[in-house]
Amino acid sequence: MLGAYLPIIVLVIVAALFGLVSVVMSSIIGQKKPSPVKLQPYECGCEPVGSARERFSIKFYLIAMLFILFDIECVFLYPWAVLYKRLGLFGLAEMGLFIVILFVGYIYVWKKGALEWE
Amino acid sequence: MDIQTLFFAVVAAVAILSGILVITCRNPINSALSLVMTFFCLATFYVMLDAPFMAAIQVIVYAGAIMVLIIFVIMLLNVRVESGKKYTHGVLIGSIMAVLLLFEAFYFLNRSSLTGARGMIDANVVQNVGHVELIGRAMYTDFLLPFEITSILLLVAIIGAVILAKKKI
Amino acid sequence: METIAIPAVNLAAIMPETVLSVVGMILLLINVFLPTEKKAYLGYLSLIGIAVSLFYTMNGWGTPQEGFNGSVLLDNFSHFFNVIFLLCSALTILIADQYVQREECNHGELYPLILFATTGMMFMASGTDLMTIFLGLEVLSIALYILAGFARNNVKSNEAGLKYFLLGAFSTCFLLYGMALTYGATGTTKIAGIAQFIAQNSILSKNPILLVGMLLMAVGFSFKIAAAPFHMWTPDVYEGAPTPITAFMSAGPKAAGFAAFLRVFLVALPMFKAEWTSLLWALAVLTMTFGNITAIYQNNIKRMLAYSSIAHAGYALVGFVAANEVGVAGILFYLLSYTFMNLGAFAIIILVGKKGEPNNNVSDYAGLSVKHPALALAMSVFLFSLMGIPPTAGFVGKFYLFSGAIKSGYIWLAIIGVLNSAASVYYYLRVMVFMYMKAPEEDFAWLKVTPAFFVTVVIAIAGVLVLGVAPQYFLKLAQIAVMI
Repeated sequence: MLGAYLPIIVLVIVAALFGLVSVVMSSIIGQKKPSPVKLQPYECGCEPVGSARERFSIKFYLIAMLFILFDIECVFLYPWAVLYKRLGLFGLAEMGLFIVILFVGYIYVWKKGALEWE
Repeated sequence: MDIQTLFFAVVAAVAILSGILVITCRNPINSALSLVMTFFCLATFYVMLDAPFMAAIQVIVYAGAIMVLIIFVIMLLNVRVESGKKYTHGVLIGSIMAVLLLFEAFYFLNRSSLTGARGMIDANVVQNVGHVELIGRAMYTDFLLPFEITSILLLVAIIGAVILAKKKI
Repeated sequence: METIAIPAVNLAAIMPETVLSVVGMILLLINVFLPTEKKAYLGYLSLIGIAVSLFYTMNGWGTPQEGFNGSVLLDNFSHFFNVIFLLCSALTILIADQYVQREECNHGELYPLILFATTGMMFMASGTDLMTIFLGLEVLSIALYILAGFARNNVKSNEAGLKYFLLGAFSTCFLLYGMALTYGATGTTKIAGIAQFIAQNSILSKNPILLVGMLLMAVGFSFKIAAAPFHMWTPDVYEGAPTPITAFMSAGPKAAGFAAFLRVFLVALPMFKAEWTSLLWALAVLTMTFGNITAIYQNNIKRMLAYSSIAHAGYALVGFVAANEVGVAGILFYLLSYTFMNLGAFAIIILVGKKGEPNNNVSDYAGLSVKHPALALAMSVFLFSLMGIPPTAGFVGKFYLFSGAIKSGYIWLAIIGVLNSAASVYYYLRVMVFMYMKAPEEDFAWLKVTPAFFVTVVIAIAGVLVLGVAPQYFLKLAQIAVMI
């Protein structure tokens, strides 16, 4: 039954080879003239400002966390969509309840200003 | 050994290797990326077990969203390469326990039958009806109540994210 | 295209939970529009929600309601536990208001979170499907992780939240893995279905998968009820969490853990009784002994009560090992009385503290009887009940638990239990020695008994004394409840 996944496996192998071959080939064929400037991180052509290893703000975490929670909500929608017609009105009601409960959470998050970049 | 078993062996080896890397890497980012690899291997196992929907979820939620969160946490804590201090206490007891457990597992696997109840849904049914549909049927009829409780669970988690992580509440 | 049969939905089976979660959501929405100084209204509203939920619980006594294809069963067993949970959350809300104002963590989310946690506990008690029980437990646990870290500007509270979360998530893995193995072995997550499968396939029943599943579930539940050696989180979390939340955690979730533990093991796995009683025997002895011995060395009263709550889980496990009608009814009775005495004791601990100075050391209680004789007396009643001295509820509860053990032939277990309870007298009495026999070091001028606290302490004392003086009626209810 894995046969159905053969194209994906082939794609994965091709992708891996593509990455590997280009790196290996360029290191074999290409010229090497190292200079300190070349080792600098590329910041839109400007001189780099400080280290990139800065401590990140917790704001990112909050957004990512909220993203995951609503992402999981979407996961539940998918099988429901497949069965939508056959579940009929009942299915609409049960998913409606699910969405309404999470909508309460959405209003809460919005009103609390958790989506604002303060 | 047929091709499927061989494929399984390769993926299993990668899964175990990347799992070991997760706990041995000194650089937390390397650990996190090894974890992504482990998740991908798990997704492959789900595919081999005729559960493609689980595989997709595994990649989208775990290898995607949750890994982003883990990397944010690493950046938030600003952990660099783990400092020189080695945590060695408990290694001896831990390894003895691990060996004992491994021995026990082998013992059980060899000595007794491990077959449980056979369900109605086997690989043929999954392929004919479709995995997503089967999951949906179970979730929206038999397990309707647990499904609705999940929404309350997510709501509580949303409150938690705001309460614990927001600067000003 | 065939339509899918609609499952039998019986809303009456989840009415108490529905009321609480709807009220919780309404409060959450009101909360974002309320200014901080008016958050106390949310407390009153949630008390109304609890009252309505209690009405549905009381009303349904005697008429079991099954719903959602056997996912949930609202029988007398769950009714009895629902009363414990609702009582616990109502008393917590009463004592929380003053505390959060004093400690400046007056966020309105407290009340919805307590209500959602209670909803989770109710699903644990009434769930007859491993999935329902697990999700109920997760709703409860996640709400508790947040509540433990609720005092955001307090480092200890943050630590408590993080520790509880890490260890709790770890233990949930055990529980979930146990459930998965049980499902794999029996092909169903319904508790009744598991029992039926084991009874019909006696050859398969000694299947190692099922045994390992049972063991892992026992580990997961033992963590939730804080039984040794899975109790490590308890002292740190109880000490660091905001005091009203500690009170809540020590009574409600412990009862919920016992509810799910009892239902899964008594209904689904009665064929393994010989296996799990010997396991629980060891757990009970370890838990009682460890809890009591460590409690003796504590100076911090919250830590002391944390270890004492471990010991009390051990006493309740004695009734579980007995696994007869007296013992199991004894657990229900004991958990009810423990809710009264522990919440009462924590109410007084909150009163004695002041802003930034929790005054949690036993020595801070020196001379309380001189300045506030009524409070000292109330504290003594709760401590006597925790010791198990007649005529308090604690005595009667222990009496039932230990007589259940003797009835099933576990004489030694009962003896160890009695010895432990004698040892526990030492550390409870120590608090009383400080209250009555030491000269006051402070004037306790900050100590003000608000009406909410007055009501809480009166309810708790009434509960302790009524259960202690006239236990027959409540024991009868507990005995009806355990006929599952």
